[in-house]
Amino acid sequence: MTATLNGDRGRAARPDGGAPGYDVRRTLPLRVEVVRQWRRRRTLVAFAILLVLPWVLVAAFKLGGDPEPDGFPSLVDVATASAMNFALFALFVSTGFLLVVAVALFCGDTVASEAGWSSLRYLLAAPVPRARLLRQKLIVALGYAAVAVLVLPLMSLLAGTVAFGWGEVELPTGGEVAVGTALGRMGIIIGYALVSQLVVAALAFLLSVTTDSPLGAVGGAVGLVIVSNILDAVTALGSWRDFLPTHWMYSWMDALQPQIQWTGMAKGAAISVAYAAILFALAFRRFRSRDVVS
Amino acid sequence: MRLGGAGRLRKRWERAGRAKRWTAAGGAVVVLAGGGLLWGAAAGGEPSVTALQQRIDVLDGPKDDQKVTLDTTFYRPVGRAKAPVILLGHGFGGTKDEVKGDAEALARAGYGVLAWSARGFGKSTGEIALNSPDYEVKDVRQLIDWLAKRPEVQLDGPGDPRLGMTGESYGGAIALLTAGHDRRVDAIAPRITWNDLPQVFFPDATGAGPANGVFKKLWAGLFFTSESGETACGRFLPSLCDMYQRVAENGKPDAAAIEILRRSSPSAVAGQIKVPALIVQGQSDSLFPLDQGDANARAIARNGAPVSTVWYQGGHDGGAEETSRLRGLVRDFFDQRLDSKGGGDPAFTVTRAGGIDSSTQQVTVEPATAGAYPGLNANPRTLPLSGREQTIHNPAGGSPTSISALPGLGALGSLGDLGGGALGGQFPVDMPGQAATFDTRPLSEPLQLTGAATVRIKVTGDGDVPLFAKLYDVGPSGQGSPARRIAAPLRTKAGEATVTLPAMDYRFDRGHRLRLVLTTTDMGFATPAKPASYKVAAVSGLTVPTVPALRTQAAPLPAWVWALPLAALAVAAGIVLTGRRRDTTPEFDPELADVPLQITGLTKAYSNGHRAVSDLSFRVEKGQVLGLLGPNGAGKTTSLRMLMGLILPDAGEIRIFGHRVTPGAPVLSRLGSFVEGPGFLPHLSGRDNLDLYWRAIGRRPDEAHLDEALEIAGLGAALERAVRTYSQGMRQRLAIAQAMLGLPDLLVLDEPTNGLDPPQIREMREVLVRYAAAGRTVIVSSHLLAEVEQSCTHAVVMSRGHQVAAGPVAEITGAGRRLEDAFLEIIGEGTP
Repeated sequence: MTATLNGDRGRAARPDGGAPGYDVRRTLPLRVEVVRQWRRRRTLVAFAILLVLPWVLVAAFKLGGDPEPDGFPSLVDVATASAMNFALFALFVSTGFLLVVAVALFCGDTVASEAGWSSLRYLLAAPVPRARLLRQKLIVALGYAAVAVLVLPLMSLLAGTVAFGWGEVELPTGGEVAVGTALGRMGIIIGYALVSQLVVAALAFLLSVTTDSPLGAVGGAVGLVIVSNILDAVTALGSWRDFLPTHWMYSWMDALQPQIQWTGMAKGAAISVAYAAILFALAFRRFRSRDVVS
Repeated sequence: MRLGGAGRLRKRWERAGRAKRWTAAGGAVVVLAGGGLLWGAAAGGEPSVTALQQRIDVLDGPKDDQKVTLDTTFYRPVGRAKAPVILLGHGFGGTKDEVKGDAEALARAGYGVLAWSARGFGKSTGEIALNSPDYEVKDVRQLIDWLAKRPEVQLDGPGDPRLGMTGESYGGAIALLTAGHDRRVDAIAPRITWNDLPQVFFPDATGAGPANGVFKKLWAGLFFTSESGETACGRFLPSLCDMYQRVAENGKPDAAAIEILRRSSPSAVAGQIKVPALIVQGQSDSLFPLDQGDANARAIARNGAPVSTVWYQGGHDGGAEETSRLRGLVRDFFDQRLDSKGGGDPAFTVTRAGGIDSSTQQVTVEPATAGAYPGLNANPRTLPLSGREQTIHNPAGGSPTSISALPGLGALGSLGDLGGGALGGQFPVDMPGQAATFDTRPLSEPLQLTGAATVRIKVTGDGDVPLFAKLYDVGPSGQGSPARRIAAPLRTKAGEATVTLPAMDYRFDRGHRLRLVLTTTDMGFATPAKPASYKVAAVSGLTVPTVPALRTQAAPLPAWVWALPLAALAVAAGIVLTGRRRDTTPEFDPELADVPLQITGLTKAYSNGHRAVSDLSFRVEKGQVLGLLGPNGAGKTTSLRMLMGLILPDAGEIRIFGHRVTPGAPVLSRLGSFVEGPGFLPHLSGRDNLDLYWRAIGRRPDEAHLDEALEIAGLGAALERAVRTYSQGMRQRLAIAQAMLGLPDLLVLDEPTNGLDPPQIREMREVLVRYAAAGRTVIVSSHLLAEVEQSCTHAVVMSRGHQVAAGPVAEITGAGRRLEDAFLEIIGEGTP
């Protein structure tokens, strides 16, 4: 501990009062935030699960044999028909919960965990302006969430190609779709899956800036999704259910009909975007004026 | 499905305007007061329809000497005193009661409606004569006479009501036949009915006529025996019953049978139906296929009357009923033709299954319309067929049979329309050895076939060969399924023949093939019991008609799909943009530009009412090491948090080098802080933490003075380990090093010596003194008073949120006293 501690005292402070070399536009660069989040065990575990799941499913189908139709057409009946069928099936079984958890994890943990580690106050005092901190963290969290949603079908395509071969998509209602068309449909499906998870992301993010407990934020978002699903099962609610955030979560299956049905996806996207806009706005407003006491 | 119609009418009711509604409701109340009337159910605010039941005596028979009593219901028009009237017939096997929904819908649209049970049905007397001109037509003409006397009925002339007729199937045919026999009928809307009964029951797809046609035994049997009870044919005229039994036994018609059936057919009066018509035919109808509607439409159009044609998804085989759409089409048609209201219906409407609405699990059906009805062979294209000559066998005894249409299978047909054969794999369609197949090449573009495809085939075999021609949709995997579950039967001698396949509207996707299937048997038809083998070949391509003019208007999305996100974005913008603190205090005070820290009147109360800091004011000059002292709960940490912009003060202000501190104020970059313990990412090493922290601030690496900071931390090799493995003291030192990164002009340390061992404490003390000596400023909060005494030049003492002393340490202690004594005295807890 015999540092000179002299530094470059000669340089003048900036007119805005900032230290020499400080530029608010360079604070918390996305690259830095990506690195900060990437090396976390939770990130790696989440991606490991998403990457391994398709192979587990492949193993399950190889062990259990081809699925047998049970009357009503469903994706599982044709899951082993081709790589893309398999990817669609993987998406189908994970949309309702696994992807919700992954998205809630990345968006719900991001601010709350910093608060939990007390590193949030040092970032804010650095200073990273609050709105900017939130914006950068949101972009990175949404990026990770999007990659999570993308990784599963892509790895399923790979696993499916290895296990079941590359070929036309067999529709659960019968008939096939050519590979070229099917790839386009796959793009639509993944795009819609991303949009429909936006509401989960926004909810988790709002909880993340509200609580200092990452578990509370992630669990709260997942819990509310579960509540929404339960309410969705109450058919007595009738058309009120159309406005539940999770009601349209499976509407991407409309892209698996011989002619794409856009109505459900349009409604689902509208609901998701509407909820997300308000929840994100609440998150920013809440964080802007909040006392950081962690 | 009935609910759909109610919804449509409710909309109409809402459209009708308040004044009209009150008139209607008032009228209904008056009628109610009259009493003695039967009431139609009125749900959800719909106006009630009054219905009068009466039995009407008529005379009919070839000699007009048979007295029959008809059971009728008259529905009064809603909302007007005099109105055009509509005769509403029922389907075969039904009664006037089955059309109650349609009747009330028309009554609410402002029409008088008369529904009656045809002779031989329900409570009407007489026997079924199959819409014979001698019987049923005469009955209806006398019902028109009765209507002409009703006060509610608008007249075109004496005894001539303004009259429309509609009905399904049996009730549709009577509309056509009556219009052919009675000029008083002004417009007809027959639904899923026949044009020519001989061709219905003895079809021949080669166009050779019914004499040699194939007997449609299943439907004919259902038709003639559905009323059987004590007698074989129930309430049929005995002569008709004899005719059916003779034909069914032989499996082929005779001239007398054809004559009887033709008299009951609109085709017999084709040249005399000269009124506007709406012809509604079903796509799932193997009893009266689309070609029957086509024949009616063309016959009426030939007479110069305007005709609109509708092909909807349902029909006698089942399928989507589209009740509300059909009611709307029929109402619009009568509005135009009887009431001169509105533009009527498009000349050609085809409803198409678009897909399954995943939220309701219902098939969505969308109408496609065109301005002209082009018939069944418009814009033909010929697709080459591959497939050599094939040998097929008629099984001995005519069994097992292939299956195409069955009553009630229409719902499956609709699914097939969606997926190209959802059930093809589960449902045995063709028996082995009985079917010859001829495929087109895979389509390079989707093909929307609308009309009846044709093909020329060559048959080799003995005698008259009955065959069944069908069109399949074959997906890329090679599995085929019926495009529509309808077969076109034909009976031909050896040689070539042109076959017209069933008329349909069907979309073949790109990459799919069309397959012509010729089978020797079909469950719905009579086939010979004698075993036989034939050779069949396709000698031409498949000619497919298309109607590109048909355009689908997709169901519009509900308005909220656009409005909701836009409204939400507006609300979100409002949430973000409002509620900001407006503060007029200047951000920068040039007079304080050289003062590292000035705090004025700082006050903070937490939401629970606890006043943590109250009116705190002090000033720190360059080169000072200031000790912030106070017992637990004195408000030290709260003050430091406000200094860092983490907590917003309720009153007062903090200025660092003249710049007011707000959350995220740039001047905070001149402040290095360590408050209330370290904050690191536990999964990263100490070095990565410092590195990433510096990069997160957005400053250049060479400004960090990382080496000097690390030297202070003194972590050695531990720097490369993850922080979660550190001891409390190591974290503490790393946090102080982080605070010193970039050698900030103002350094704030909260309990910096916590967890340090005595040598480290001593070093820390020296570091702070040296740090301030270079012209920088250090603020240390501590409870170790000896520490403060040794390292600080100045001190501020706080107690319960209040500042109780401030100044140089020497002044506070006074001469010869230890700081500890002074402190305890100041905060009032020590003994003097």
